[in-house]
Amino acid sequence: MRKLLGHIREMALLMVGQPSYEAYLRHMAQRHPDRTPMDRVEFFRNREQARYGGGAGKCC
Amino acid sequence: MKHLPWIILAIIGAIALSVTATVRGEQISALWIVVAAICTFLVAYRYYALFISRQVMGLDPGRPTPAVYRADGLDYVATDRRVLFGHHFAAIAGAGPLVGPVLAAQMGYLPGTLWIIAGVVLAGAVQDFMVLFISMRRDGRSLGELVRMEMGPVAGTIALVGTFMIMVIILAVLALIVVKALAESPWGMFTVAATVPLAMAMGAYTRWIRPGRIGEVSILGFVGLILAIVFGQNIAESATWAPVFTFTPVQLCFILIGYGAIASVLPVWLLLAPRDYLSTFLKIGAIAALALGIFIMAPPLKMHALTQFTGGGGPVWSGALFPFLFITIACGAVSGFHALIASGTTPKLISTESDAPFIGYGGMLMEAFVAIMALVGASILDPGIYFAMNSPAAILGTSPESAAAAVTAMGFPVHPELLVQTAKDVGEHTIISRTGGAPTLAVAMAEIFSHVVGGPAMKAFWYHFAILFEALFILTAVDAGTRAGRFMLQDLIGLAVPSFRAHSSLAPGMIATAICVAAWGFFLYQGVTDPLGGVNTLWPVFGISNQMLAAVALMLATVVLFRMKKNRFAWVTVLPTAWLLICTLSAGALKLASSDPKVGFLSHAAKFSEAAARGELLAPAKSMEEMRAIIFNDRVDAALCAVFLFVVLSLLLFTIRTCLVALRADRPTVHEITPDMVPAE
Repeated sequence: MRKLLGHIREMALLMVGQPSYEAYLRHMAQRHPDRTPMDRVEFFRNREQARYGGGAGKCC
Repeated sequence: MKHLPWIILAIIGAIALSVTATVRGEQISALWIVVAAICTFLVAYRYYALFISRQVMGLDPGRPTPAVYRADGLDYVATDRRVLFGHHFAAIAGAGPLVGPVLAAQMGYLPGTLWIIAGVVLAGAVQDFMVLFISMRRDGRSLGELVRMEMGPVAGTIALVGTFMIMVIILAVLALIVVKALAESPWGMFTVAATVPLAMAMGAYTRWIRPGRIGEVSILGFVGLILAIVFGQNIAESATWAPVFTFTPVQLCFILIGYGAIASVLPVWLLLAPRDYLSTFLKIGAIAALALGIFIMAPPLKMHALTQFTGGGGPVWSGALFPFLFITIACGAVSGFHALIASGTTPKLISTESDAPFIGYGGMLMEAFVAIMALVGASILDPGIYFAMNSPAAILGTSPESAAAAVTAMGFPVHPELLVQTAKDVGEHTIISRTGGAPTLAVAMAEIFSHVVGGPAMKAFWYHFAILFEALFILTAVDAGTRAGRFMLQDLIGLAVPSFRAHSSLAPGMIATAICVAAWGFFLYQGVTDPLGGVNTLWPVFGISNQMLAAVALMLATVVLFRMKKNRFAWVTVLPTAWLLICTLSAGALKLASSDPKVGFLSHAAKFSEAAARGELLAPAKSMEEMRAIIFNDRVDAALCAVFLFVVLSLLLFTIRTCLVALRADRPTVHEITPDMVPAE
């Protein structure tokens, strides 16, 4: 049940262009342990700009 | 043995389909259509999508996708396929699949049902899936780049120009739908206007108070929306406030143009992003609720299976079933615009090639299901109400009596009282000639939702809920589309004037935005002032352009199959391409050159300019000025059709040439991008 809710949450966030922050942290820890990852708010702003800066990648 | 459940499913689907197709003269339940669609889609997914992925594409689960070899935790993220399905579906589902089928119901529910079911299985889902596949194997590149890679730079540029013009038409037609839904409706106008300060408050919340808390802010926003709908009733009933929120279509047109110009240059966090949260979640929720409501209510279809308008002469849009039905239901059966989504963010998020059929093919099947529900919605209404809502005022007049008489004369008997009562039920002054599809769907949704929750007393609430839900995501699309159009234009002008391409500098951005808004504003104004209701003129142009883009995407897919040396399977894309070319080229040619002034732009212009030369005024023009405007608009529309025809025909030539070259080559010549070609991040 908790897993399902987690999926739904993740899906809802990705629908508005916010990928998983946890996955980002994992990626940074794994591949770039030397760099400081963005904090949650920076990550949010970064993704917000990426999604909406050039339109919203949406259909009619 | 493993095929047994699928055989049963296929048999159920076949029975439902034949009931839908053969029963005449008595009402059948809407569930027959829904069941026919679901069974067909499941079987098609199980067998056809599998065939395409194994035999045609040769998907390889072991081959790293861009999300794997370019993983950066931001744009390229290997994502769970169910999560990605939601993302992809939310990106492709918009107003298109809701409006097209409603308009198509003028020919009865049968033609639309059959086209949606067959179209999506053989064309629409194939297109989305193929483009996703092509982009996934090329680093997640966009459609324009893919055309350039596989068909050359000239073809790429032509495709870009075509895409920009389609964007303009889409924005105009979407804005027109909002105008038609909100004109003379203080309740609707108030609730939609309230979303602007509401979204800005949400934007401020995510910016300064609780950054990044999308769930929280969306719930707050949703509560605000419901309050706005409830409070809107008081506005509509107030003698002082109702006039403040009552606008004529022309006023609304300029409000929207101003809105588009301002909204598209505001920072994204202030208006676009927060309203996108609301519109996205509301859209998914409303679609799910509609599906649930149709299953619970199981409404009978009151529309005829076929109306007398299949041969042409219908009041909602002109032209005969072939080719115009196939461009009227654009999104929902096959939508070229999806090619831009399937080559956008989705291919960068897919974690393994074996997820592609579920996302690409399955996502489009889901959209077709939305289209089926919209068609059901339009068909459960009394046909008298349907035609009273969707025929232009020029045919109906403005009083309930004249409208009822006109619709009854069409062969759909309806009492004036029913029209008055329906308007009263949904809390509007009138439902006569509320064209554009959105109000019709809103009446249907109010019917279905109030059956499940709240009873007749809640109809007005649900009607405005439905209007708000449609207007909300259309306004988001107008804002986002203007931004996207601006960048497309900057890239295009940048081909000639390189300095124009700088996305960060102010002047080119402002100029490109202004051109973009002026372009869709022009067509919007033309549609709003069109005596035949605008939808009549603009929707076919939109449909033709969207289906032509689909043809372009499928031609690209064909080229790729030939270059992969998979020509023996090329029929998978060649058949739908051929069908779309037949439909769009003949529809485009008819719109351009038909001698029937109701269909052909040029003959309409000729009719008016001959009259003008004699010094005569033709209705609906009331002055020589208006006569000249009509003639000018006709010629612009004709020119637009001509450009679309040119785009498609020239790309067809490129396709044929590239395929022939690929045939002569003795080995595959595709330009796939493999992981070793890209430095790891």
